Amino acid sequence: MNKFIKFIIDYVVYVAKGGPKFYAWMGFLVLFVGPWIYGSYTQATHGLIVTGLTDQVSWGLYLANFVFLVGVAAGAVTVVFPAYVYHHEPMHKVTVLGEMLAVAAVIMCLLFVFMHLGRPDRAWHMIPYLGVLNFPSSMLTWDVLVLSVYLILNLVGGFYFLYKKYVDEPLNNKFYLPIIFIAIVWAISIHTVTAFFINTMPARPMWHHSMMPIRFITTAFAAGPALIIVCFLIIRQNTKLWIEDSVIDLLSTIIIFCLGIALFLTMSEVVTELYASTEHSFALKYLMFGKHGLHDLVPWFWTSVVGMVLGFILLLVPRIRKNYTVLPYICLMIFGGVWIEKGMALMIPGSIPTPIGEFSLYEPTTLELFNCAGNWAIGFIVLTILLKGAIGILLGDVRYAPASANR
Amino acid sequence: MSKKLIPTKNLSDEQLEGCEGLGLQALGIDAERGGAVSSSRRQFIRNVGGVSAASMMGAAALMTHSDQAQAKSTWAEWFQGNYRLMTKKEKAEAIARLEKRYSEEYGKKVTVDGTDAQEGVLFGYALNIQKCIGCRRCVKACVKENNQSRSKEQEMEWIRVLKMEKGEFSKDKMDDGYPLDYGVQVGGNAYSAAGVVLEGEHYYDPEKVPESDSHYMPIACMQCEKPPCVKVCPIRTTYREPDGPVVIDYNWCIGCRMCIGACPYWARRFNWGEPHLPKEEMNPKTHYLGNRPRMKGVVEKCTFCLQRTRHGRYPACVEVCPVGARKFGNLLDPESEVRRILDRKRVFRLKAEANTYPKFFYFVD
Repeated sequence: MNKFIKFIIDYVVYVAKGGPKFYAWMGFLVLFVGPWIYGSYTQATHGLIVTGLTDQVSWGLYLANFVFLVGVAAGAVTVVFPAYVYHHEPMHKVTVLGEMLAVAAVIMCLLFVFMHLGRPDRAWHMIPYLGVLNFPSSMLTWDVLVLSVYLILNLVGGFYFLYKKYVDEPLNNKFYLPIIFIAIVWAISIHTVTAFFINTMPARPMWHHSMMPIRFITTAFAAGPALIIVCFLIIRQNTKLWIEDSVIDLLSTIIIFCLGIALFLTMSEVVTELYASTEHSFALKYLMFGKHGLHDLVPWFWTSVVGMVLGFILLLVPRIRKNYTVLPYICLMIFGGVWIEKGMALMIPGSIPTPIGEFSLYEPTTLELFNCAGNWAIGFIVLTILLKGAIGILLGDVRYAPASANR
Repeated sequence: MSKKLIPTKNLSDEQLEGCEGLGLQALGIDAERGGAVSSSRRQFIRNVGGVSAASMMGAAALMTHSDQAQAKSTWAEWFQGNYRLMTKKEKAEAIARLEKRYSEEYGKKVTVDGTDAQEGVLFGYALNIQKCIGCRRCVKACVKENNQSRSKEQEMEWIRVLKMEKGEFSKDKMDDGYPLDYGVQVGGNAYSAAGVVLEGEHYYDPEKVPESDSHYMPIACMQCEKPPCVKVCPIRTTYREPDGPVVIDYNWCIGCRMCIGACPYWARRFNWGEPHLPKEEMNPKTHYLGNRPRMKGVVEKCTFCLQRTRHGRYPACVEVCPVGARKFGNLLDPESEVRRILDRKRVFRLKAEANTYPKFFYFVD
């Protein structure tokens, strides 16, 4: 027990100390927390009326970001899977960083869900045994269950590994490996369920097709590793932890495959919907070209297409893919492209037109943007802390020293 | 952008073409109650005082407003369970709590009914689309009866009347096809949408109704036998009652709006802000699952006026309809009006392909 308390203390102390770059980065993120507090307080007191949501478009940016971040959380498996299934050694060394990313992403998901709820004070109604869960009928119930289990799996798996490393004891593989393998399958499940959560609604024809889950998985396995590559390159440059080239190259190859399939699926959807052009294609038309004089999403859609297609083509070229000065920018472009595609370009047109054929605009309010930015900032604060702590332990900077009080 | 629904205008009797004398009861349905509720100023102040103490408790607990002299919720309310799963005793307690709170809040004796469904009753609705003149008295009567929010920021209406264009056919546009380049026309453009399509305009604002170029189709909750909204609710706060209506326990709803996404009829409304229900206009005869005042952050919708219908009265919209387009009754009784209509008239259901089995039928004579 003493060891464990010491672990927590050493971890916190290590994480709190850093160079000017670290403080500048954290300071930058904290800037967003002020408006977030104001925004969340206002929303909590006045209700969701302070957002741009309406009865017509009742799911907006909060849920859009939620859906995207579930993908990022699932994307962490692109690190874990090669490490444990293909025994990719360099990847194996940094697996725990992937798990930390998953934890941070799920925390962001939870923040966004709380923002989305009309009655966050009643969220306890969704806690098993305390509340009443509509299991197995409701997809949201499934989502709550799989996401919380995924969070626990990654927290336990990740911190068990870090703790063992800290005290310099061998891992108990009978305990650790099952967690890892369950987490791999679970990662797929969280995003599948999130897709089912919207595509099981025939009332919203844009979402109601069976391609949704695989599209979710492929875009997740493009956006997830894109963020991981950026993190890894930053870590490589700013810490003593050297992440092998082969790790980065494997991740960028995964992006190529998954993004390629995702683009193919998008193309299939566009052809299927627009060729016959039934009323069910109105949402997609609204998104791609605008309809009934409403064009607000059109630039977003095409920006996303350009980001993803251009990113895909650039990554196909080995020379560009292996140029680590350019690579992070391509990754950010893909990340942004998928963020739009899974976020506002999927969630918002799904509600437009309404089931009775009404076209309406959704314009997020400034408060809504404050809250979204704040959630992201908090997520990145958590991510930075988790990654920093993990790196410290991986490097051996933080380790158990029974004799001396300060190491 | 104006928030939520654009309110429908109340059409005066002069505006109602061809139905003079039929709609006079429209504005008077609550007259009997309206007179009995005016409270003295002293009483009003005392009520406000009593309520603010309670509201502070609720506010402290729930971070809700404390500047309004209304108790939003109390601790006991916050901890109460899912209504359907409560014991008889718990239900009675919950109802007593609400009656007390509402009575203080609205300065009049408010009753919260907990009457259960009767055996052998399945409520059904039939609407004569041929007769509807689009006057929207049903909409207004519903708002009044069911204590919907009525401020500018949050105008809540459970019934929406869709105006259907009769379509436009024009010789001039006949050749506006595409593409014309090869001399083979693959499509024409000779008419704009006509007939019963779910793309009706529901913000129409004419001088007089009915307009000669339109017909009307009111929609509200269809009270589906297989309601998609019930299936997606993560916490079983919305469910189908044994006598048919799909209801919501407003005190259990977490406001996730899955049901709004799942409803093919756009029948559900969300309380984006704190509902605004003027004290003097509040209908004090309420039902727990029906028209009792709602709070911010929860979903609501038509319940077939179960505070009335479970006591043998018609829903407010049926009562008010000046042309008798709306029919209501027990589907299990072969002699009921609604069953006779289903047996004899040409009946259709909206979006039958959604396979939700609405208990709201449309018919023509």
